[in-house]
Amino acid sequence: MSFQTVVFYVLSAILIFASFRVITAKNPVHAALYLVLAFFTSAGHWLLLQAEFLAIALVLVYVGAVMVLFLFVVMMLDINFEKLREGFWRHFPLAGTVGLIMVAEMALILMSPEASLDQFKAAAPLAADASNVKELGRQIYTTYLLPFELAAFVLLVAIIAAIGLTQRQRKDTKFIDPAVQVKVRRDDRVRIVKMDAEKRAVADTDVVSEEQQA
Amino acid sequence: MNWADLNLMPAAPELFLFSAVSVLLLLDLFVSDAKRGITYVLSLAILAVAAVLQLAVAEPYAIHTFSNTFVSDPLSTLVKLAMYATTFAVLVYSRQYCADRGIFKGEYFTLSLFALAGMNIMVSASHFLSLYMGLELLSLCLYALIALQRDSVPATESAMKYFVLGALASGLLLYGMSMVYGATGSLELAAVAKSIGAGSANQVLLVFGLVFIVAGLAFKLGAVPFHMWVPDVYQGSPTAVALMIGAAPKLAAFVFVLRFLVQGLGPLVADWQGMLAIVAVLSMAIGNITAIAQTNIKRMLAYSTISHMGFLLLGLIAGNADGYSAALFYTVVYVLMSLVGFGILLALSRAGFDCETLDDLKGLNQRNSWYALLMLLAMFSMAGIPPLLGFFAKFAVIMSVVNIGLVWLAVFAVVMSLIGAFYYLRVVKCIYFDDAVDTAPIVVRGDMKLLLSVNAVALLVLGAVPERLVALCVEAMKQSLTVL
Repeated sequence: MSFQTVVFYVLSAILIFASFRVITAKNPVHAALYLVLAFFTSAGHWLLLQAEFLAIALVLVYVGAVMVLFLFVVMMLDINFEKLREGFWRHFPLAGTVGLIMVAEMALILMSPEASLDQFKAAAPLAADASNVKELGRQIYTTYLLPFELAAFVLLVAIIAAIGLTQRQRKDTKFIDPAVQVKVRRDDRVRIVKMDAEKRAVADTDVVSEEQQA
Repeated sequence: MNWADLNLMPAAPELFLFSAVSVLLLLDLFVSDAKRGITYVLSLAILAVAAVLQLAVAEPYAIHTFSNTFVSDPLSTLVKLAMYATTFAVLVYSRQYCADRGIFKGEYFTLSLFALAGMNIMVSASHFLSLYMGLELLSLCLYALIALQRDSVPATESAMKYFVLGALASGLLLYGMSMVYGATGSLELAAVAKSIGAGSANQVLLVFGLVFIVAGLAFKLGAVPFHMWVPDVYQGSPTAVALMIGAAPKLAAFVFVLRFLVQGLGPLVADWQGMLAIVAVLSMAIGNITAIAQTNIKRMLAYSTISHMGFLLLGLIAGNADGYSAALFYTVVYVLMSLVGFGILLALSRAGFDCETLDDLKGLNQRNSWYALLMLLAMFSMAGIPPLLGFFAKFAVIMSVVNIGLVWLAVFAVVMSLIGAFYYLRVVKCIYFDDAVDTAPIVVRGDMKLLLSVNAVALLVLGAVPERLVALCVEAMKQSLTVL
């Protein structure tokens, strides 16, 4: 077994463990941190495949930006995750068994001699000066131009959806229109009312009676 | 590759659609709630211009562009025109409904039109990657549209269910695609078909991937055993959005399946025929039988959709050009019918009241005999009663399986459509023979009334002369599927 194979299996074991903990960890912050570990480990897999740009992008974008944001959300929202996951452990034995059976079946098919996976040879190693970024850029902006632009639109739709679903004109908002505010005149704010003077004696007795009650 | 190689003309309608919707998105910011009608009219105008552009660039043969990730062929032209018309009708039908429920907002239009753009890509993709991107664009818009009525608990819940199951289905599809890529070394439909046809690809891996792809596609079509989301989503989402999910996306999903299975994995026809046969049989059985037990009409229509998907698959199972055109014809007819069915539900709903249960339809004839007649046409057509269009659609797909010798499947389909007739006729019974419970006047905008009437009467008129529509479908299919 070559060194790379050992690294591959170690990384895979960590990845599976981390992914498992993401869904089983009780504390949501721990789950998010395990997800960070999962992303980081997959970045290791990319490195093994000599896709260093993708590996770095995964760490920078997912671990650096997305997950940090996610952690903020988890910490700020007061969600009772225990309540949300009620019944998780109750259904876990059945779900786990079904999952294991599926994994075993898939493994049986893929590892059978008929599948002859050994006919797939490892790709030839890249030249020492091969540039990942250059190749990726060329592909994205030429061959895969359409899917790339579509991805941009998917993100735009995500923004529209996020704003559409969360923006809410609150009833208690103290919204001020500056234009209206500037145009205000004295008459809008102060109203001078002509009225007869109030008799003082009545007010005084009121105050006294209130004090007595207190 | 340079700019001269990039032939943008075949994709002109999509490019227009994407740019126009982006402009609409910005324009809408300056439109006050009271004048939202401007956005509505502009959306309809965008659809009309896109349809005209589509006709202008249509060619009677397939043109590939964007490095073979995009194809414009007669099939895509026909289906896209049908989708523009469908979306147009959906927007007109849902105007009053949305206005009454506070979802007559800019996002409603931009998301609907982006969903249409996604469907256009699904219909016109010739590469696994662009197929998938189109699908995701459509799905994301639909999830958001369902949840747009944010204060409604059922809507949020069904959006969540749709989202989670949709993500699962996308995962299955991607996993299958990765297996096919591993076996054939390409993601381009034509190259995949060529590699499989040459027999150089790893057969076990291919079939392994195919299973996941078929499962993912069945999820997206809403066919049994991957149908669990359909009734909940139809029932929970606002009727206008249920109409949107039930109409144009079915056309897109059909072509999507056709591109995957026929154009990409065509040489594996013997393998997917069997899988689809199981899915079709289960869909027809469970869809029709479960629909009988429903009292909520949206849920009933959802189960009816499931059974219709089963019928549609019959055409694909045939595995020849006649079968595919029959299935295309079936999809177009199904969309016409479901537009009328949901359109009537929208017409009968008003502010604070959703027409949802069978009781709400009771005595419709006493309240308004014209809408009663339109609903009758839709229900008879869905049940497949001649001389309505639905009959010819069922006839075409059943004939296509008879032609390949699967008589048992045809007999089963006929029996199931007989069982299905029960619940469609029950709706008609409610409308004509029961006394009205709800006697509020039915107020419908003039434009919607006109379009709905045209739509329903088309079921009857086109039913008298189905040959034209059938010929269109056959022609489009023949010119597009050169591999056959």
